[in-house]
Amino acid sequence: MANQFNINVDGVDYQIEAEPDMPLLYALTNDLEHKGPKFGCGLAQCGACTVIHEGVAIRSCVTPVSAVTGKVRTLDGIGTTENPHPLQKAFIQSEAGQCQYCINGWIMTSLAFLEQNPKRTDAEIRDALAGLKCRCGTHMAILRAVRSAADEMAG
Amino acid sequence: MLIESLNNLKIARRDLLINAMKGGGALVLGFNLPGSALFAADSSAALPGARKLDPARLDTWIAINKKGDVTAYWGKMDMGQGVDTAISQMVAEELDVKIEKVTVLFGDTYVMTDQGGASGSSGVSNSGVALREAAAEARQVLLEKASTLMNLPVDKLTVIDGVIQEQGNSTHTLSYGDIIGDKLFNVPLEWNGEIGNELELKSRAKLKDPANYKVVGTSVGRKDITGKIIPKTRFTVHSRVPGMLHGRMIRPPSAGATIVSVDKDSIAHIPGVQVVVEKDFIGVVAPKEWDAIRASRALKVNWDETKSGFPTTSEKLHDYIRKATADKSEVPENIGDVDAALASNKKPMEVEYEWPFQSHARMAASVGLADVKVESGGTVWTDSQKFYDTAICTAKMLGLKAEGEQIPVRSIWGPGPGSYGRSDSADGVLDAVVLSKAVGAPVRVQWMRNEGIAWDPKGPASVINMRAAIGEDGKVSAWHFHLKGFSRQDVSSREHSPSETLAGQLLGHTRKRNWTMSEPANSYGFANKRYSWDAIKPLRDMGSPLRTSHFRDPYGAEIHFAVESFVDEMAYSTGMDPVAFRLQYLTEQRDIDVIKAVADLAQWQPRTAARKQKNANGMLVGTGISYAQRNASVNAVIAEVEVNPQTGRVWVKRFFVGSDYGLIINPFTLDRTIEGNLIQGTSRTLFEEVKFDEKTVHSVDWATYPIVEVADAPEEVKIVKINRPELGPKGAGEPVTRVVPAAIANAVFDATGIRFRKAPLTAARVKAALDAAV
Repeated sequence: MANQFNINVDGVDYQIEAEPDMPLLYALTNDLEHKGPKFGCGLAQCGACTVIHEGVAIRSCVTPVSAVTGKVRTLDGIGTTENPHPLQKAFIQSEAGQCQYCINGWIMTSLAFLEQNPKRTDAEIRDALAGLKCRCGTHMAILRAVRSAADEMAG
Repeated sequence: MLIESLNNLKIARRDLLINAMKGGGALVLGFNLPGSALFAADSSAALPGARKLDPARLDTWIAINKKGDVTAYWGKMDMGQGVDTAISQMVAEELDVKIEKVTVLFGDTYVMTDQGGASGSSGVSNSGVALREAAAEARQVLLEKASTLMNLPVDKLTVIDGVIQEQGNSTHTLSYGDIIGDKLFNVPLEWNGEIGNELELKSRAKLKDPANYKVVGTSVGRKDITGKIIPKTRFTVHSRVPGMLHGRMIRPPSAGATIVSVDKDSIAHIPGVQVVVEKDFIGVVAPKEWDAIRASRALKVNWDETKSGFPTTSEKLHDYIRKATADKSEVPENIGDVDAALASNKKPMEVEYEWPFQSHARMAASVGLADVKVESGGTVWTDSQKFYDTAICTAKMLGLKAEGEQIPVRSIWGPGPGSYGRSDSADGVLDAVVLSKAVGAPVRVQWMRNEGIAWDPKGPASVINMRAAIGEDGKVSAWHFHLKGFSRQDVSSREHSPSETLAGQLLGHTRKRNWTMSEPANSYGFANKRYSWDAIKPLRDMGSPLRTSHFRDPYGAEIHFAVESFVDEMAYSTGMDPVAFRLQYLTEQRDIDVIKAVADLAQWQPRTAARKQKNANGMLVGTGISYAQRNASVNAVIAEVEVNPQTGRVWVKRFFVGSDYGLIINPFTLDRTIEGNLIQGTSRTLFEEVKFDEKTVHSVDWATYPIVEVADAPEEVKIVKINRPELGPKGAGEPVTRVVPAAIANAVFDATGIRFRKAPLTAARVKAALDAAV
């Protein structure tokens, strides 16, 4: 039976009617009409759906909406065209990503990582981003973008 | 009529667009940012007719508003390689306006003329060149109008940033906006009568001398990217219309299993679900997406598997190909007498190379939305590369007129995951068409991960036999390339007919078999030379998850893995360095130049045998070169690899590229396109193989179909580009892909002394070979 769930996304409270096992992703894309997190695999294997839940990057495609107890941050909420997040700015300038379908995962996973680890090595960045997929093969530009944003975020 | 976001944009002459959409009631246009695809969100879309898309009229291609903003109407689309940005540069250059003034609109069959969809790396080289002519013609028409208005001959006028002025008198001016703003040019434009990739336009004016270029050749930032990263852009996956239902497909447990019965009670507990069964097509629709997913998983279907499955497995595939009857054979090139040269040779060389089936494996599987009716047609929203064909196919599915200007189906393209050829993109939207037609409501279909890998059309598997005769003088006297494998168009690269789609085949549409193969592209001047091929039947006739079609650079990777590996084998067998060997035989200067350029860039160390060097970390290290032409582009790649002797893992630490794409439009974005090809090519060379048994395909997700990870990304990519403005721009979307596999395999040979002739070079395969060589 469908239940009511209260979720807080990008600082806004929403009430969602859903089956308890419905993944958070469907609330974000269908109810909230977010454009950042995207359906890639539904199996937590690619990262296209990544959001940050209480500071931790999670895969919203396998996270039941009933398990969302804390604050959710999404790509839709971290910056604007006029005032992009340093990661967004760096990804745009580096032209990281071609089709951009995956890019949500790379940015949100990098964000969660860099907020916890402002001082990082290249190897640590690669470790933090392990498991994310980019079918267009833009990994070089993604790594350049993350390094550049990390420098800016570290001041 | 609601034209919300149009008003905020610099879209020139909105009336044309608005007219295009009249007749169908309210329409919300989702212009998420200037330069993005035209992407309507309302299904009550217009019927055709208000705006006649006549390629022989300038207004079909170019519009200018009162502020001097220029809109170019482009009949292909961009998959994230910055093609629309490159075209905006070409248009700005030829019109003499600032790049910021140009918006390239694309993605609607009712608003732009068909220039062929994404196809063969022809975005800039064909469709961009056509729009460049349209821009030149627009400039000429504006100069002629100004000549009358200013009472001066055209040759006394000059244009600076969209303002025409009398030469030497900057106070006597007229702007483009003043002359034509929001009005039609209403003039003809020379057109070659072709639609699609071959469409050409010709201006009466002489094109600008490349020496005077200001915008072409500069690194203008991609116009689409901000809206996707902030993120505001509506992708096809975000398509929503009122009353829309969500669809999911049900796939059989074995390939080609047929439906005996369906137990609809098995999903009675899920609200609002409808089951659509027609022949062997089966799907569910529901108002809520999660309910459609749950229903597709819970629905009990009784399948007949007595005639399903495949005659071989992925493990036995290449022996199967060797033994299979050739259904069609051709000899596309035969110079001299190869047989005589081989027969008279004391030690002819003969080896074979194997390539598996590979999946497009897009970041997300197919998605599409259809709002159609049998009596009237309707609209489809798709990310298909060939979205004009999607409209044609949909009309045919509905039994409606599918030719000419008045096709009653509108196809609206939106961004999606990269497609790389005839992927599953076309199949999902046609599933949506069948479901929408059946339930009488708009239906959005999203394929699931397993469908996106197991059920997309595959890049064809093959065995390539290479033979050569090398005389006692060390000269190659004969060389024979023979490809045997599956057609690269078992289903067409264009979904123009139901029989070319999975849905159509499950509904029983049959088609004539299409045998399309390929041959090498290089300029080796061997005295006797033959290219031949045998095409064999697909493993299942219809509705097969192993149907084959174009996968980025169709057959390019397979063929040049064999050819360029074999060139290395020939070089070493004659005691020559692989670079020197290539330079000795190549006959075209552009080919020689890219090889010399990349060898310099990589500081190539000549060798005449595998060096089998180890670095300080105990890794086996080596370098390898490969090169190929593609259409009018040419690339050489040097890979520097590390091979882990404990695990067999191959890591390309550095790539070096020498490239020649004729005239370079945008160097920065071109480098990104090259890098994408390098890394996707690496993925296909090292990891990708579709696994299947006699029953069905077992590569269903990223665990069972691994691709490149960030750990596999090189430490460094260095690119040298030879700019040849006199040649005009040549295709860059995919030509590097074919060069990558042999560059890696040749580097692995240098590192290990082992020749790998079977792709992919997985860690397990490399480890086994290293162990066997001890």
